[in-house]
Formats: sequence, structure tokens, C-alpha cells
Amino acid sequence: MSIDRADIEKLGELARIHISDENAQASAKSINEVLALVDQLQAVDTTNIEPMANPLGARQRLRLDEVSETNRREAFQAIAPATEDGLYLVPKVIE
Amino acid sequence: MTWETVIGLEIHTQLATKTKIFSGASTEFGAAPNTQACAIDLAMPGTLPVLNAEAVRMAVMFGVAIDAEIGLISSFDRKNYFYPDLPKGYQTTQLERPIVLEGAVDIQLDDGSTKTVRIHHAHLEEDAGKSLHEDFHGMSGIDLNRAGTPLIEIVSEPDMNSPEEAVAFAKKLHALVVSIGICDGEMAQGSMRFDVNVSVRKKGEELGTRTETKNLNSFRFMERAIVQEVERQIDLIEDGGKVKQETRLYDGDTHTARSMRSKEEANDYRYFPCPDLLPVEIDQAYVDAVRASLPELPEARRARFTDSYELSAYDAGVLADDVATAAYFETTASQCGDAKLAANWVTGELAARLNSDDVLIQHCPVSAEQLAALIARIIDKTISNKMAREVFGAMWEGEGEPDAIIEARGLKQVSDSGAIEGMVDEVIASSAKQVENYRNADEAKRPKMLGYFVGQIMKASKGQANPQQVNEVLLQKLNALL
Repeated sequence: MSIDRADIEKLGELARIHISDENAQASAKSINEVLALVDQLQAVDTTNIEPMANPLGARQRLRLDEVSETNRREAFQAIAPATEDGLYLVPKVIE
Repeated sequence: MTWETVIGLEIHTQLATKTKIFSGASTEFGAAPNTQACAIDLAMPGTLPVLNAEAVRMAVMFGVAIDAEIGLISSFDRKNYFYPDLPKGYQTTQLERPIVLEGAVDIQLDDGSTKTVRIHHAHLEEDAGKSLHEDFHGMSGIDLNRAGTPLIEIVSEPDMNSPEEAVAFAKKLHALVVSIGICDGEMAQGSMRFDVNVSVRKKGEELGTRTETKNLNSFRFMERAIVQEVERQIDLIEDGGKVKQETRLYDGDTHTARSMRSKEEANDYRYFPCPDLLPVEIDQAYVDAVRASLPELPEARRARFTDSYELSAYDAGVLADDVATAAYFETTASQCGDAKLAANWVTGELAARLNSDDVLIQHCPVSAEQLAALIARIIDKTISNKMAREVFGAMWEGEGEPDAIIEARGLKQVSDSGAIEGMVDEVIASSAKQVENYRNADEAKRPKMLGYFVGQIMKASKGQANPQQVNEVLLQKLNALL
């Protein structure tokens, strides 16, 4: 599998980042190198092998349903670009 | 041309945990904006999610309630998209290995028949925050209190064929999740939200192209949205057009749905396994323990109500489906000692007032104990049914206990037989013509003629005579004149 410039542009759009022309070339090249490696890995026959999420066989630890967080709105909003009435303000998302 | 409608539902159900699915922030409804949004909910760098055990238990509880297979190993994936009320830029959800696998729910239709709706799966995920688009100097306001609230998304198979079936299914699931205590069921607060997938086809043909209408938060909106969408699709096809696969947004204010713009729709979610969360493993013993803790389900309760209280299937259904109504009825019935009368009051007068004042039974101003005390006064003949309705109205307005209201309003029914006999004698004496007619009438016609006398007696007693007793005494005295 390999990707081209159009794919890079699409990815940039989905990730909401601007990719310049030269970067697009370079990115396509390095991503294709990674994909070549993935192709190699995929050549291995994995029939009947359970996918592994973690090499240590660890499992998700669960947390008790108890409130442990207090209201720290002031501290969080001190670093926000814009707030009002306790809300975070962002550029309008609908017309 | 006969068209067939095919409907599938996705139901987002907020779990009634105290804290978020991945953080220890409170999920309590109605807090001031962003006071329950902690560093994890805000996606601050360096934070890591830790899964809430109670969310897992509730999801499994739902699974065993619908007899579904439980995913003993389930895992979380990231669904990537940008929206300001989703601070991480992805929703943590379960795509590949959900915690609840195939199950089924039976729905009862109006014609009395039963239909099985298959559940494809249900998965755990987190809710997003809320965007407020009122005027903030041309900006949007974001409240992240809801961000990270645990949800299960219940995905049905496209097994429903009419808006009525879809609503019956939605109501059934609502009653179920509330009954087993995993959701508070407060629709107005968004505790349950529906996405409907609708397509139409001519009978016997292949499935048509479906559209998805999102974010319906009431049964009524859902029904209207489906009716409108079915009409739209049929009109489109009959005019030679084609249904486009699209996502539509329903507006509860205007009762119309619009297609989301292609840009909003062009989502490529790029799901991948969430590296921050390990697979969740539970064992069969855990599932069995949850199953053993399952409270009575609405269906079983319905059967018990028809058996032990001898209620009609209809009354049992109305009373058993909602757990709060069921509890209210059972308290009323046991305290007043007459289940049938209790059922009549709860499904009649009480339901009518709850409905007209738009109050949930959980917030009913008349408690079950108070209603039972009122019914007890009907049973011991202190008051008539009609008087009881007046007393109930006063109780609803907060005038206090039934006995005090009966006393204060002088509503005691006259059951003293001497007094009633006196009134009957008086009316008979002053109604010579009617008595004559009664004596000369056919036996079959006589019962109808009693109405006049009863009316006069009740008038004489200012409505306080016990009607049953009046009837007995009157009949006895009139028949003695034959």
C-alpha cells in the first residue's frame, strides 16, 4: 500500500493542519516508508493467533465510582483564551 | 403501490453513575457550567483515563436484562473528529469489541401482538459537552460538565416497520433501563437520545437507501421525525428521484429536519484502538453475580400484577412498565387494602393530573401513603367517589391530609341509616305522581325510573348521602308500595 499527495492533503484536512507543498512531498515519502514496513509485517501468517493488546497480559484496572475531583474551574479558565459566565468561548461553530 | 418502512434505532442512554466514565468528576445534572469538568474531561496534557467500575457493571446489567451475550473481553477505540465540545478531538468508544453483544427485546403492539426486535450490540462510550450558540459576541459557549458522562449506545437491527413500532421499542427500552436502575430516564435532561435510521422499499424488494436522523430526545419528536422522513423518501422516489444516504438533524422547535451540510458530514473517523486503555476483562462469575442482582423486570412485574392483584392486562401494563409508577401503585394498594381501587385511582385521576400538569410521578405532590389514606375513606364509606375526587384535587393543591380536608370541607357522607330513611320517606311523600307512575310501570322499566328519586334524595342531602345506601333503602321502600 502507498499513499500519494491527494491522500496527504486529505489527512491534513482531517487533522485540521496546513501542509505546505514541499512538506506534502516529504511527508508522502516518509509515510510510504512506514507503510512499506507495515506491508512486510503483514506478510507474516497470523492465522489462529489472537491479537495482543499488551505484551504483559495486563488488564484494565477499574476505578470506584466515587467523586474525587473538586471544582477547579477558575484555575482551568485562567489559561483559556476566552471565557464568559463560566463557559469557554470558541469561534462560532454553526451559522 | 405499497411501501414498506424499515427502521433501526441507536439509543444513547446516560448511565446513572455518580462520576464520569474516565474521571472522578461528578455527573450530577444542573451544576454551574464547567464546575464538573476536571483535567481529564478537559483533555489536559498528561492526563490518563481510568475506567469507572460502575459503568461496566451497569452496561453488563443491561446486557443480562436483554439476555444478550456479554463480551468478556471488550476494548475501547478512538473515534476522531473535531468539535469544540469534544476537547480530546476523539470520542472514546467501543467499535471492535463492545461489552454487550446480540440480544433481543419483545415489544407489545396495539393490536395485542408481540414482536421481537433484535439488538445488534450495545457499547460503552463517553458523552460530549454542550455547545451554546446564543450570542456570545459572535462566539459559541462551551460547557463541558457533560463531557465524559458514561453512555451505552444501544444499536438495534432494522426490525421495526412503522413509527408506532419504533416508539413502542423506545418506550420498552426506557422502562427497562429505568427499572434496572442504570438510567434516570429523564428525557427532558437528555438522559436518553435517539438516532433513527429510516429507509423505504416496495414490498418484497431489496432494502432502500437509508438516512439517519440524529438527536431526537422525546418519543413524540421521534415519531414525527419518522413520519416526515418516510413521506419525504416516498415522495422523492415517486417523483423519479433517489434517496441520498445522509445524516439529518431534527429541530424540535420547528419540527423539521434538514440535511447536514456535506462538510459536516464528510467525516472519516479513523477509528483505532485506544492506547490509553487496556482491554476490559470480566469473567463469567462476575456476569452471573450481576445477573443475580437484577431487579424485577417490567415484563415479570406485569405478570405478577395480573396474577396477584387480578388487574386487567391493560392496567397491569400501564402500572408495571414504569418502575416509579409500579412502586407508587404497590404502596397505595398495600396500604389501602384494595388493589383494584388503587389501580383505578393511579391510572385514572392521578395519571390525568400528572399528565395535565406535566409532572413525573417521582415528583407527585400527593404521596402514595396519602392516596391510600384517601381511598381508605372511600372503602369505609366516609366519602363517595365523587367527594374523593374533590378531596384529591385539594390534596394536589397542597391542602394537606385527606382526613383534615374531609373535615374542613364538611364532606362526610351520610351513612346513618335513620337519616337516610327519613330523607327517602320525605321524597316519596312529596312525589305522589312519580310514585304512581312507578307502580304502574312495567317491571323492566322501573329501574330506570329510580333516577328521579335518587336525584331528589341526593339533592336533599346536599350530595352527602351514601348513594349505595340510598339506592338500597329507596328500592326497599318503593317495592313495599307495590
